[in-house]
Amino acid sequence: MDETQRRIAAVFRIEWARLVAGLARFVRGDLGTAEELAQDALVAALEVWPQDGIPREPGAWLMQVAKNRALTRIDRQKRWDKKEPAIAQAMEDRQERTADAIEEAADDDVGDDLLRLIFASCHPLLSAESRVALTLRVVGGLTTEEIARAFVIPEPTAAQRIVRAKKALAESGAAFEVPRGKELAERLSSVLEVVYFVFNEGYAATAGGDWMRPALCEDALRLGRILAELLPSEAEVHGLVALMEIQASRTVARTLPDGTPVPLFEQNRARWDRFLIERGLVALQRGEALGGTPGPHLLQAGIAACHARARTPEDTDWRHIVALYDQLATTTPSPVIELNRAVAISFAHGPAAGLAIVDELANLPALAGYHLVPAVRADFLSRLGRKADARAELERAASLTRNDRERALLLKRAAATQN
Amino acid sequence: MKFIVLVTANKDTALTAAEFERYETGALPPCEEFVKMIAYQEELVKAGVLVAGEGLRPSSLGARMTFGKDGKTSTKDGPFTESKELIVGFSILQVKSRDEALAWVSRAPFPEGTKLELRQLFTDDDFASVDPTGELREHDAKLREQAEKQHAKS
Repeated sequence: MDETQRRIAAVFRIEWARLVAGLARFVRGDLGTAEELAQDALVAALEVWPQDGIPREPGAWLMQVAKNRALTRIDRQKRWDKKEPAIAQAMEDRQERTADAIEEAADDDVGDDLLRLIFASCHPLLSAESRVALTLRVVGGLTTEEIARAFVIPEPTAAQRIVRAKKALAESGAAFEVPRGKELAERLSSVLEVVYFVFNEGYAATAGGDWMRPALCEDALRLGRILAELLPSEAEVHGLVALMEIQASRTVARTLPDGTPVPLFEQNRARWDRFLIERGLVALQRGEALGGTPGPHLLQAGIAACHARARTPEDTDWRHIVALYDQLATTTPSPVIELNRAVAISFAHGPAAGLAIVDELANLPALAGYHLVPAVRADFLSRLGRKADARAELERAASLTRNDRERALLLKRAAATQN
Repeated sequence: MKFIVLVTANKDTALTAAEFERYETGALPPCEEFVKMIAYQEELVKAGVLVAGEGLRPSSLGARMTFGKDGKTSTKDGPFTESKELIVGFSILQVKSRDEALAWVSRAPFPEGTKLELRQLFTDDDFASVDPTGELREHDAKLREQAEKQHAKS
């Protein structure tokens, strides 16, 4: 690609989501057609812009061209259907509505269109993987190839997922509208799930692998930030953005050069990206300022913020973290959260307090066979000076995990505890 | 990747020289320009691209420092009347490519004659080739940590 083409490609990336979103509304939520029309517009741009230069408002140019294509399609359809009077009548009715829609659309807020698109691509009737692929395609503007590389699947599989998702949406007759009231909360959690999934895929990627995977974090962050501006009164959106910004701030400190993970308390905090931490704290503040009962993302962000604010592990505000876990345990009770809470309590009130809680938890059927229970117990026992007991627990934890790397680490810690 | 955009005022033409003068008096830009700038910044924020950005006050409030032998420094207070060009603002963008950065910046509503420079920021990983074990970066990070602690005390 020469410089002009690359420049044009960059403009496409910027304009893509809003273009597809605006077109999707014309064609009553038919994402497949919307995408085709958008692609047509891009092809036209590639023909014209190298000569005429990139227009001052590329988005408007692309939208106009795509609209014209849409109308041409309808005309063509009209002429064909004149041969079939019954169909022709139905077509005319539909064309009138479409023409009205195009009129309306001219005045409507672009933000709403983008929101409609996001809610559509994250519709809960689609499978999780379909939602992710479709959203990255129509909202993120990633090519099928990029999506395939990011999730380490063959390109045809990625393409199929997207095609099937669009088909499922079209067949479902789901309205292309931004949900309201109670429905908004439900549908929003589906959207946040998609965004956080993409982030975690990028976050979990080991350094030195294909750069596409860590770049997923940036894609997710961007999606989250866009959502925060589109839905500024939704605290959970700010919560998710805060959580992602803060987690992303640790990217460099989280692994050794060879890819070995570094636990939170051993990370060099001077290498945490302070820009991202600042952004995370601002997002957290925005979410908290909205009041109401904090949701799980906002609470988790609050916990992440406590760590981010601590210059050293010793500076950590453990009491605040315990309070947040208390709320989290009420909002989204889960054994893992209870375990994390026990760890926080051990730091706020001493390992004996933590041990008391874990001993209770160990009886829960949900935690039977969960390797982190003995691992956490071992940590408390070690801090209480009960080294032999700690070692036994670490060995038990090692026997319970199915992850080889994890088992190796636990056995290593067990051997070290001997002394 | 992150890019810093450095916006400068210059004395190249009569038009830009007038703008330069106005800037150095500390006067804010005309309302119209200001409104367009805010709208543009909003677009950057809505796209999730703007990471940071500030305007710089006139040079009369600043200083220039030169480093001599043995760490000796000499300071000159502003205004820097002999300067033909001054940095007036910066922003930091997080984008997927250099082309994207250029595409975004080319949309900014700057007046005729405005000059700016884009530079990509180093990330920690860039230093890997000269610092394979990460020792130097560790050391650098510890120094930064110290500097932050001192800053926090003051």
